[in-house]
Amino acid sequence: MDDHSPDAHAIECRNLWKIFGQRHLEVLAAARAGRVDKDAILEEFGCVIGVADATFSVAKGEIFCIMGLSGSGKSTILRHVNRLIEPTAGSVLVNGQDVMSLSKGELRALRAHKIGMVFQHMALWPHKTIADNVAFGLEVQRTDRKACRDSAEEALEKVGLDGWGDRYPDELSGGMQQRVGLARALAADPDILLMDEPFSALDPLIRRELQDEFLALSEKAHKTTLFVTHDLDEAMRVGQRIAIMKDGRIDQVGTPETIVLYPETEYVARFVSSISTLKYLSASEIAVAGEVASDAPTIGPDTPLPVLIEQLANGVDHLAVRDGADLIGRIDRPEILAAVGRDLARR
Amino acid sequence: MDLAILLDPFATISMPLSDWANDSMRWLTSNYRGIFQAIKAPVKWLLDLVEDGLRGAPQTVLLALAAAIVWQVVNRTTAILTLFAFAAIGIIGAWDAAMTSLAVLTTAVSISALVGLPLGILCSRVNWVWAIVRPVLDFMQTIPSFTYLVPVILLFGIGNVPGIIVTAFFATPPLVRLTNLGLREVRADLVEAANAFGASPLKRLWSIELPLARPTIMAGVNQTVMLSLAMSVIASMISVAGLGRLVLVGISQLDLARASVGGLGIVLLAVVFDRVTQGLGFTRRDRGNRGLWEQGPVGWLRTQVSNRQPLTNE
Ligand SMILES: Nc1ncnc2c1ncn2[C@@H]1O[C@H](COP(=O)(O)OP(=O)(O)O)[C@@H](O)[C@H]1O
Ligand SMILES: [Mg+2]
Repeated sequence: MDDHSPDAHAIECRNLWKIFGQRHLEVLAAARAGRVDKDAILEEFGCVIGVADATFSVAKGEIFCIMGLSGSGKSTILRHVNRLIEPTAGSVLVNGQDVMSLSKGELRALRAHKIGMVFQHMALWPHKTIADNVAFGLEVQRTDRKACRDSAEEALEKVGLDGWGDRYPDELSGGMQQRVGLARALAADPDILLMDEPFSALDPLIRRELQDEFLALSEKAHKTTLFVTHDLDEAMRVGQRIAIMKDGRIDQVGTPETIVLYPETEYVARFVSSISTLKYLSASEIAVAGEVASDAPTIGPDTPLPVLIEQLANGVDHLAVRDGADLIGRIDRPEILAAVGRDLARR
Repeated sequence: MDLAILLDPFATISMPLSDWANDSMRWLTSNYRGIFQAIKAPVKWLLDLVEDGLRGAPQTVLLALAAAIVWQVVNRTTAILTLFAFAAIGIIGAWDAAMTSLAVLTTAVSISALVGLPLGILCSRVNWVWAIVRPVLDFMQTIPSFTYLVPVILLFGIGNVPGIIVTAFFATPPLVRLTNLGLREVRADLVEAANAFGASPLKRLWSIELPLARPTIMAGVNQTVMLSLAMSVIASMISVAGLGRLVLVGISQLDLARASVGGLGIVLLAVVFDRVTQGLGFTRRDRGNRGLWEQGPVGWLRTQVSNRQPLTNE
């Protein structure tokens, strides 16, 4: 196990299957043989396929979103990472170690020290004060009481709730409660955050605010985050990479740009069709092959569309797209118009 | 002959249930008498302890103590009610009998709790245990309470201690039921959250599940106390002393005076215990967002102390 190499994976799922029900092994065989119809399988075996053959990995420090409609198996995948659910087949590795190989004590230590979890409906314990809620993970590790209080107060400070420690959850608004949820997950300073639709229950303004706060926190803390959401906009805002799920399968994994610009399946294409590609287009996607004039301004391949438009609008005839010394192509006004036209035609 | 069997089958065909019952009881008493006698010893010890305390203490001290405890766990109104109820018991001349009843009741309820709570917890964890216990509880709760007396007399004899055993036996089922129910009803995501933060099963039970199930469990305790009180008259038939005996003697001698004293005493005790056990089931929200130790005499003392030293933080 190599903790320190920069490209080590914090979380890795390999061919993960989860089938709920008594006859899960029969269903597994059938599904591997190519049967995919959920309804037929439920009818015949009385089993539900939660996750089907999911493979992905999350790099250290990365924010990885799992996106899909309700019932697509997002929470089920998430719960495998700290083994709240055990897989029917396949494996889950955390920091290179198979979670199924852990003893009960090691598993508890992993959950208490390494992984923080945030829940959709907050799941704060109503009989405990905010401070006791936040300190619970530390208390479990038998940290002494004073240190518990201090870490809890520190975590509350991070989410802007210092001074609220002696209140009870039902005295707080929904947004504040979810901040407490976040503080509770952060209190033990874990490497990994698991967030199951953390902001879905909040109204849009508060949701936006918390997304921003989370991103700001994340920027500082560099925690590996597995972030589940059913909201594509949220996934696009928060995720560095996104996995799109449908009926337990992962249809596509990629950066927000690739998902929007190059959807691999019909389903993903339909899903992202509501999102404008214009924000994600860059020079290399628009450029066409051709000679460039010696006085044409040079731009990098990642230059975003708005910058291209601005330059061309300033009276430049065309732009030269270069990656270092290599010429990639040129961009004229028609290319820009074509890109906008393609985007409009998608919808 | 054949026709007679068809028409009146039970005249000739019968199952010797009564013989079986007799035989098994005889077998139990002759082989295991020692065990049943041994069970009585700790019960008697506990009863003596409580009864000596209750009957030995000065009446005023007990009154004040009862009121203070009730004020702490419920509220001031109920404390005043308790004071009046206990004073009324004293004035109608039922004090001694009431203290005996109280001792029997406390002991019986302690035993119920000692058996019922762990059993209820076990039932909520292990499904097959619940599958076995549940029909047994159904059975115990449908048997008329009088029926319990006979085997208890045969196995344990008569007197206060067998009376406590029969009372505890009769009053435990709802506690098991409601403990199991309360624990099973705890919100699944709250339990999952405890698991997700690495709590051991014991830690989770103790600091998450039991506190959240407390209102339901205390409803079970409330039922257990009420059933124990209801049993007090019946138990007096096997010579248990206390308020129940006053009623029983009143009935058998058509002595209305005694029956009313005993009956009123039981009602007054019942009212107080009902309120107190309900108060124990209150959540923070029921108390107007105050903790148990932030109200009542202890709460008052704490504000006095913190007023004097406003800068200490716990
Ligand atoms: N404990 C369970 N028992 C049976 N089926 C389950 C269980 N948990 C989830 N499922 C099923 O698995 C599928 C995926 O569920 P879930 O992962 O919760 O979806 P999502 O989080 O994407 O909404 C759903 O069809 C759901 O009904
Ligand atoms: Mg979900």
